[in-house]
Amino acid sequence: MASKSQSCSIWVGSETGILKGVSLSKQQAFNFCEMSCLSRDQEVCVLEWGDPLESEVLVGCANGTVKAFSTEKGIFTESKECGDATQGKFTGLAMMDGSLVTCAESGILKVWKEGCTDTIEINVGNGVCRMRQNPSRRSQVATGGKENPLKVWDLERPDKAIFTAKNVKNDWLDLRVPVWVRDIGFIPDSDKIVTCTGYHQMRVYDPSSPQRRPVLEAEFGEYPLTALSLPASQGTVVVGNTHGQLAVLDLRKGLVRGCLKGLAGGVRGLQCHPTLPLVASCGLDRFLRVHSLEDRSLLHKVYLKSRLNCVLLSSRNLELSGADLSGEVEEVKQEGEEDGETDEVWDAMETVTDKTNKRATEKAAEENAVKGPKKRRKVAKK
Amino acid sequence: QMYGTHVQADSVEEEAAFPPNFSVSEIKNKQRRHFMFMKLKQEKRKRKLELKKKRKKEREALGDKAPPKEVPKTIENQRIYDETTVNPEDEEVAFDEGTDEFSSYFNRLTNPKVLITTSDRPRGRTVRFCEQLSTAVPDSHVYYRRGLALKRVIPQCISRGFTFLIVINEDRKVPNGMVLCHLPNGPTAHFKVSSVRLRKEMKRRGKDPTEHSPEVILNNFTTRLGHSIGRMFAALFPHDPQFIGRQVATFHNQRDFIFFRFHRYIFKNEKKVGIQELGPRFTLKLRSLQKGTFDSKYGEYEWVHKRHEMDSSRRKFHL
Repeated sequence: MASKSQSCSIWVGSETGILKGVSLSKQQAFNFCEMSCLSRDQEVCVLEWGDPLESEVLVGCANGTVKAFSTEKGIFTESKECGDATQGKFTGLAMMDGSLVTCAESGILKVWKEGCTDTIEINVGNGVCRMRQNPSRRSQVATGGKENPLKVWDLERPDKAIFTAKNVKNDWLDLRVPVWVRDIGFIPDSDKIVTCTGYHQMRVYDPSSPQRRPVLEAEFGEYPLTALSLPASQGTVVVGNTHGQLAVLDLRKGLVRGCLKGLAGGVRGLQCHPTLPLVASCGLDRFLRVHSLEDRSLLHKVYLKSRLNCVLLSSRNLELSGADLSGEVEEVKQEGEEDGETDEVWDAMETVTDKTNKRATEKAAEENAVKGPKKRRKVAKK
Repeated sequence: QMYGTHVQADSVEEEAAFPPNFSVSEIKNKQRRHFMFMKLKQEKRKRKLELKKKRKKEREALGDKAPPKEVPKTIENQRIYDETTVNPEDEEVAFDEGTDEFSSYFNRLTNPKVLITTSDRPRGRTVRFCEQLSTAVPDSHVYYRRGLALKRVIPQCISRGFTFLIVINEDRKVPNGMVLCHLPNGPTAHFKVSSVRLRKEMKRRGKDPTEHSPEVILNNFTTRLGHSIGRMFAALFPHDPQFIGRQVATFHNQRDFIFFRFHRYIFKNEKKVGIQELGPRFTLKLRSLQKGTFDSKYGEYEWVHKRHEMDSSRRKFHL
């Protein structure tokens, strides 16, 4: 069990309540669940890392419990009651200085401190769809939902939101544009926040600028965008919608850079790898897919038998198994050898500069050769 | 006049030594070309028959030692193995199916009640199709659509205790689509309907179906998606079939097309069965399966048919 969980580099939560770990190096998926006492109210709603070393996974369930799963030991270590089913499902989990931050659909955002029973509680408004923590400033969280605009809260000053987004201007029929924030992302190295909406819009807000309206707005497709993720390379964002379309959008102009193909069902969870150009997506078609962002090709596809709700990627290299260092060393050596071979191949080849001229002359020669016999044939028939 | 040179078997085999043969398509005269082509086909057929006879003789000569007959390749034989094929002993899938939206039907907590309607202003063919479909499905009611929005119809159906909503879409006076929605909160399947045959167009048909509940046969729904759709069809009919009625409804899936047939059977003796086809006949092809009741704009799709990605291989099927 321990070795299995240590080799897993992608964690997926399903609707049946099973936490699944996928190891790409071993090409296997493992189920981690408690003694096959499965039930639908244990449905996994959110997955988050419990600590920066990524040794613990926090699992938020539909019945209000938050379970901690240790990746090193391979078992659930503790479980905490953080609310009940009446408040709705969890929409966000975060860890801040050892205390747990949870947000439910009804809008109740609570900070649970270790040891003491009193909690800081904020009501962020009804119908929350997502709560996310700012990775660079751990005390800031953003929330948004249906008819609930984007709000950024500082947990050290929980009375009022630091930033509340203003709705865009009325559209061309002078009607109020409805608000439905489905997912939020913080752009690294800047203050900006990206959101994707249920009305197939992607918006960028800048709290440091005086305007509370979005700085950039872009539309994609005709279906609600359900998930969003920011890749390691700056300037782009990956979004997914309910039809199974994944697109890479440009953040400078708001254009579609390209689409990732393959999904058949609605996207529920998306995450980009922190350093490599990879994105993992999971959805209602019961598959976990890993695409490469450079050439938009499908790298891995894993069938996990239940509908998947959320995905969590570890920062280490997905291809290598994290457990044994010797394995890493061997693979590094292999890469070195391959480089050496390719160098030899390059040295053996001729330089390319002359080839273009040769090609032009060869082409002309070919054309002449083709034209020649044709002319001769015509003459003969006459 | 006949053309001088003939296509000889020998010259075909020794191509390297001879100049290239003329092909039948280069003859400009249509009559002569047709004649040469017929001759070519006859010779080809003759050669094929000779080969067959030779092989049969060899097989008989070898007797028991003959190699087994080769099975011809068909598209179903060559189907690409689908990794979502359900293993009957799989616990996780069993749990998933045991607690999904149809669990209340399969645990015998609810009985099916079906509402059949059409798109607005249906033509005669669609109306007759709906009537015949309602005789095939027990406890079903046909209502005129009256231009009502489906999103408003659905809460009313739920309050009146319906479990299924079938909407037959019509285009150019012919039914061409079907939306099958499981009611309390269940999945919505959108199908393309083709090849609809009404009762009077059937040859050698029996009398009209009676009120007895038919048996249901679901063939070849192997993948996970196929399982969900198969369960959806099964939930349309009452749990206990009345064998006195000797009626059976078959949903046969082949190459992602689902063929619906309605028969009456009679056992003449232990080994012989006679069947009469009654009832409408149509084929369905799944276009999308949406989680939740009908909401094409904001609903989440569990499976969407994407032609360019999914139909690229002739041997890959999804149901």
